[in-house]
Amino acid sequence: MARTPQKSLFTADLIVPAIGDAFRKLDPRELIRNPVMFTTAVVAVLLTVLLIAGHDGLAAGFKIQLVLWLWLTVLFGTFAEALAEGRGKAQAASLRATKADLIAKRLRGDGFEEVPASALRVGDVVLVETGDLIPSDGEVVAGVASVNEAAITGESAPVIREAGGDRSAVTAGTRVISDRIQVRVTVNPGQGFLDRMIALVEGAERQKTPNEIALTILLVGLTIIFLIAVGTIPSFASYAGGSIPISMLAALFITLIPTTIAALLSAIGIAGMDRLVRFNVLAKSGRAVEAAGDIDVLLLDKTGTITIGDRQATEFRPVGGTDVGELAEAALLASLADETPEGRSIVVLAREQFGLDTSALPEGAQVIPFTAQTRISGVDTGGRVIQKGAVQAILKANPGAGATTAATELRRITDEIARAGGTPLAVAVDGRLLGAIFLKDIVKAGIRERFGELRAMGIRTVMITGDNPLTAASIAAEAGVDDFLAEATPEDKLELIRKEQQGGRLVAMCGDGTNDAPALAQADVGVAMNTGTQAAREAGNMVDLDSDPTKLIEVVGLGKQLLMTRGALTTFSVANDVAKYFAIIPAMFVALYPGLGVLNVMGLSGPESAILSAIVFNALIIPLLVPLALKGVAYRPMGAGPLLARNLAVYGLGGLVAPFIGIKLIDLAVTGLGLA
Amino acid sequence: MTLQGWLLIAAFVAVLLALTKPMGLWLHALYEGHRTPLHSVLGPVERGFYRLSGIDPDEDQSWRRYAVHMLVFNAALLALTYLVLRAQGLLPLNPLGYGAVSEPLAFNTAVSFTTNTNWQSYGGESTMSNLSQMLGLTIHNFLSAATGIALAFAFFRGFARRSATGIGNFWADMTRVTLYLLLPICVVYALFLIASGVPQTLAGSVDVSTLEGIRQTLALGPVASQEAIKMLGTNGGGFFNANSAHPFENPNALTNLVQMLSIFVIGFGLTWTFGKAVGNTRQGWAILAAMLTIFLVGTAVTYSQEAAGNPILHSLGAAGGNMEGKDVRFGVVGSALFSVVTTAASCGAVNAMHDSFTALGGLIPLFNIQLGEVVIGGVGAGIYGFLLFAILAVFVAGLMVGRTPEYVGKKIEGREVKLAVLAIAVLPLMILGFTAIASVTEAGLAGPLNKGPHGFSEILYAFTSAVGNNGSAFAGLSANTPFYNGLLGVAMWVGRFFIIIPMLAVAGSLAAKKHTPATAGSFPTTGPLWTGLLIGIVLIVGGLTFLPGLALGPIADHFAMIRGQLF
Repeated sequence: MARTPQKSLFTADLIVPAIGDAFRKLDPRELIRNPVMFTTAVVAVLLTVLLIAGHDGLAAGFKIQLVLWLWLTVLFGTFAEALAEGRGKAQAASLRATKADLIAKRLRGDGFEEVPASALRVGDVVLVETGDLIPSDGEVVAGVASVNEAAITGESAPVIREAGGDRSAVTAGTRVISDRIQVRVTVNPGQGFLDRMIALVEGAERQKTPNEIALTILLVGLTIIFLIAVGTIPSFASYAGGSIPISMLAALFITLIPTTIAALLSAIGIAGMDRLVRFNVLAKSGRAVEAAGDIDVLLLDKTGTITIGDRQATEFRPVGGTDVGELAEAALLASLADETPEGRSIVVLAREQFGLDTSALPEGAQVIPFTAQTRISGVDTGGRVIQKGAVQAILKANPGAGATTAATELRRITDEIARAGGTPLAVAVDGRLLGAIFLKDIVKAGIRERFGELRAMGIRTVMITGDNPLTAASIAAEAGVDDFLAEATPEDKLELIRKEQQGGRLVAMCGDGTNDAPALAQADVGVAMNTGTQAAREAGNMVDLDSDPTKLIEVVGLGKQLLMTRGALTTFSVANDVAKYFAIIPAMFVALYPGLGVLNVMGLSGPESAILSAIVFNALIIPLLVPLALKGVAYRPMGAGPLLARNLAVYGLGGLVAPFIGIKLIDLAVTGLGLA
Repeated sequence: MTLQGWLLIAAFVAVLLALTKPMGLWLHALYEGHRTPLHSVLGPVERGFYRLSGIDPDEDQSWRRYAVHMLVFNAALLALTYLVLRAQGLLPLNPLGYGAVSEPLAFNTAVSFTTNTNWQSYGGESTMSNLSQMLGLTIHNFLSAATGIALAFAFFRGFARRSATGIGNFWADMTRVTLYLLLPICVVYALFLIASGVPQTLAGSVDVSTLEGIRQTLALGPVASQEAIKMLGTNGGGFFNANSAHPFENPNALTNLVQMLSIFVIGFGLTWTFGKAVGNTRQGWAILAAMLTIFLVGTAVTYSQEAAGNPILHSLGAAGGNMEGKDVRFGVVGSALFSVVTTAASCGAVNAMHDSFTALGGLIPLFNIQLGEVVIGGVGAGIYGFLLFAILAVFVAGLMVGRTPEYVGKKIEGREVKLAVLAIAVLPLMILGFTAIASVTEAGLAGPLNKGPHGFSEILYAFTSAVGNNGSAFAGLSANTPFYNGLLGVAMWVGRFFIIIPMLAVAGSLAAKKHTPATAGSFPTTGPLWTGLLIGIVLIVGGLTFLPGLALGPIADHFAMIRGQLF
C-alpha cells in the first residue's frame, strides 16, 4: 500500500466492475439502507407495472422514456457507491496478498514449531529471524531488529523495533531484515491491524456516521413533505375538473425529492475515508473523520512537529574570561565521538566558526559515554578531562566550581539562552567551567503560516513540550502557536484535554508512547504514530502510517472537506427544486387553466418535453457530480464567514440557476431529437 | 400607490423597530424571572397565586413535564369553554337571551380559542352572550397568548442552558407573562380604545334612530377589553362578525395603526429576547431581519396589487384601486397593510374582506400563513416556529463550513433534525391533506361561495388559516357546517400542539447539550448571509410545498383575470 500517485477516477478497471456492482446493489435489502433511493426504485417499479397494465392517455413512447430515466436515476446512485467502494477494494486486494500465507515459528520449550499464523492466539510468543515476515501483531519481548514496514506504510527505509520502550510494536506482514526478535502475540486472528485495514478500505465495516444519519433523516423528512405535496394534487385537480396522469405525478415527486444528495451520500463518506487512506492515515471509524472537521484545539508536540527534530549548536558562550576559541576547541573534542545530531552540529559549528580542523581524537584518548545517570559525556585525552552536559549536571559533577563567579555567569547565560528558546550545554575542563554551547531549536520553515491558517479556521494550536517555560515561550512566540504547555508530563496532557473538553471544545492530538495512550483515548481525534507502541495504536482513533505528526493539520482539513462536500451537495440538491417546480407545474396544470402557461418561464416546448427534461436533468446530474463527490469540494483554509459565502454562491446560487439552464438545454435536445 | 401609503408603511416599521429593544428587555426580565417595576404592586398577587395553587415557581421542569402541564392546562380550558358555550342559555349576563351554542360550533369555537386561532364560524353579536364572550373567549385570548410566550421562553432556555435537565416552569412562565405583560398593557390599551369610541358595557344593544329616520338596533357589549388582547395576543377573534372592520371595534385610522402595531410588538420584542437569552443580541436581529424582509416584500406585493386594482373594472370605467370589501376609513393602504400584518403574525383579525382582494393581493395573506406563521408570527409561536426553520437551515448549509452544524453554540444532530422536520411537516400534511379531502367530498364542495380557482382558494385558505392558527377568514366559505366545524377544529388542534410537542422535545434535547464556544471556524449565524439563507430555507422548505395548491388557486385566478375571466 505504497502512497500511490492520485489515480484517475474513471479508469476502465474501476468503472467496469462498478457497473456490475451497480446492478447488484439493486437488491432491495441493500437499497433500503438509502430510503430516498429506495423510494425512487419503488416509484420506478410502480411505473413499470403501469406501463404494462395501465392506460392514462399518455403516449407510450413518452412513458417508456420516463420509466427508463427513473431506473437510470437509481442505477446512477448505486453506481456512485460501487465506484467509491471499488477504489478501496483494489487496495484491499493487495493487502490480502501480503497476509496470504504467513508462517509462524512458535516457541515451545527450548525450540520452536512452525504453525500457520491463523493458529496463533494472544499470549503466544514467536521467533522472527532475518528474512521472516512477522506473522501477527505483537510486542517485542526480546531482542532488537530492523524491520521493513513498506507493506503497511509504503516507506522502504527500515525501522528499528526493540523490546521495551516506545518502539516495541510490530505489525503482521512486515519483514525483519536483520537480527532476530521474539514477539508476544497481542491479537487473535482476524482482529489484527492488517485485517482492520482491509475491512476499512473495503468499506465492509462501514457504518453510517452520526452526521450521515442526521442527514438521512432530513432527506427522508423532505421526501415525506414532497409526498404530501404531490399526493394531494389529484384531488386539487379534480376540483378544477381535470385529472393528472400518475406518471406525471411520479415525475414531479422524483424530481422534487433530494435524489442527488441521497445518491451520492455514501459515496462521499467512502471517498472521504479513502482520501485519508491515500494520505497514509487510517481512521478507525468514519466518526473520527467527521470529528476531525470539528476540532477546536490542536495539541502539537514541539519536537518533530513545530521544530525540526534535532537542535543545532549556534553559538559558544565562554564564562570566567575564557577565550571563546578555547571553549570551541574543548567542545569540539568532547563531541567528536558524539554521534547524536546535536553533537555533530557542535563539531560543524566549531569547524566553520573557528577553522578548527581536528577530525580525530588524540591517540589514547578515552571517550566518556553519555549515561542517563550522569547526563554527561566527554573525553579523557590523557592530559585533560573534558566534560559536556546539562548545566545542572556539570555543576553537580564539579562541586568545586559551583561557588565561582564563572558559575554565577554560567547561570545567567543559561537563563538568557532559555529565554531565547535554546538549550544550553555546559562545558568544563578538569573541573573548570569554560562556558556554554547554545543549542537552538530550529522552527520548521512555513509552520508559522500554517498556524496562521489554522487560526483563520478558528482552530487554536497548543504546543506541548518538555522544555522549561522560558524556552517554551520563546519557541511558541517564534512558531506563532496560540498557547503552550511547558514541562509537560503525560498527566498534564490528559488534564489539558479534559479541561478543553469541559469548555465544549473538541481536541486533537498525536502521540506514540505508551504513556500517551490515556491522552490519545481521551482526545476527540487521537492520531497514533505507526512507529509507536501497540498501546498507543490501540488508544488512538487514527493511525498515521508515516508517523508524521505534522499531518494532524491535514487530517483536520480532510475532515472539513468531507463535511463540506456533504453540505454543498445537499444545498445544491435542495436549491434545484425551484427550477423543477417551474418546469413541471405549468406542464401539469396548463390543460386545467391555460393561463398557468405563463409560469413556463423556461419556455419549454411542451408538457411532455418539460417533464422529460426535468427527469433527465435529475438523473444526469448524479453522474456529473460523482467526480465532485469522490474528490471532495475544493478546500482552502479560511474562516467560516468567507467559506460560507463562497460555497453558498457556488452551490446555493449555482443550485438555483444550473437546473434552469440544464433543463432548457435538455428540452432543446429532447425536442430536436423528436423524443417528446 | 401613493407616497402617503409608503410613508405609513415606513412609519409603522420604524415605530416597531424602536419598540423592539424595550419590549425585548421587558420580556427578558420575565424570561429570567427578574424583578420589574411592576413587582412592587403585582408581586404579592403573583406570590398569592402560587401559594393558593401550591405551585413552586422555582421547580425546574423537564421538557416532558413542561409539555404535560401545558397540555393538561389547555385541555381543561378547552372543556371550560365548551361547557360555557353549551350552557349559555342557563347562565347570566345574557341580555339578548341567546340559547345554547350547537355542539359542532361549540367544539370548533372552544378549540379555536384554546389554540390562539380564533377562527370564528359564527357571528359574535348574534350568537354569544356577554358571559360567553368574557369567560368563554376572552380568557383564552390571554391564556393562549401567554402559553405561546411561555413556550418560546422554554425553547430559548433549550439554547441558552448548558448540560441542563430542565427548561423552566410552565406555571411561573404563564403567571409572569399574564400578570406583568399582557394584563397591564391591556388595561391601558382598552382605556385608549374606549376613549376612541369603542364600547365597553354589559348592556346587550341599543335602539337608535338613523338620519333617514329608520330605527336600528346596534349590538353593544364589553368590546374594548376584548379588543385589546385580541390584537396584543395575536388572537384575532372579533366581538362582532365584521371584526376590525366594524366601527365599534376599530373606529378610525389611529386605532387602525395602533391595532396593527400591537399585533407585531411582542413578536418583534421576542426576537431581541432570544438574542439576549443566548448571549448575543445580533442573533435576534438577524432573525428579525429575515422575518422583516419577507414581510416587506409581501406588503409591497399586496399593496401594489390592491392599489393597481382590477383591470376589468377599469375597462368598465371604475378607476382607482381595488376598494371592493374595504372600508373607506382605512383605504387601500390601511387595509392592505393590515391584511399582511394579521396573516404574517397569526393574528387573524381583519379589517377588510381578503376574499375581495385581487388574486395576487390575496395570495400574500394565504402564503404568509402557509410559511408556518413564522413571519413575526403569533406571540411566541412565531419565534419558536422560525427557530425550527433555523435549525434546518443550519443543518443544510452549516456543513458547508466543514463542521458539524451548530446553532448559537448547540450542535444540531440527528434528534433535533428529526423533531424539527416532524414539526414542520405537520403544516403541509394538515393543510394540503384536509384541503384535498374537502375538494373531493360533497360536504366540502358545498362550502365555497365562488366557482373555479377562487372557490378553491376559499377552501385552501380556511384550512391554511386553521392549521396555521391564524383564524382569519378569506370569507366566502360557509364554514358553520358539521363537516367544516369538525375538520377545522381538528386542524387547529393538530396545527398547534403537534408542532409544540416536538418543539419542546428539541428544547429538552438542546438544553442537555454542552455549549460549543464560537470561533472563527463556527458557522456565522449573524449578518446578511445568514439572513438570506434563512429566507431561502423558509421559502423553499416552507413555501414551495404549497406551489401546486397556489397555482390552482390564486395564481390561476390571477392569470384568468388578466385574460378577462373572473370567478
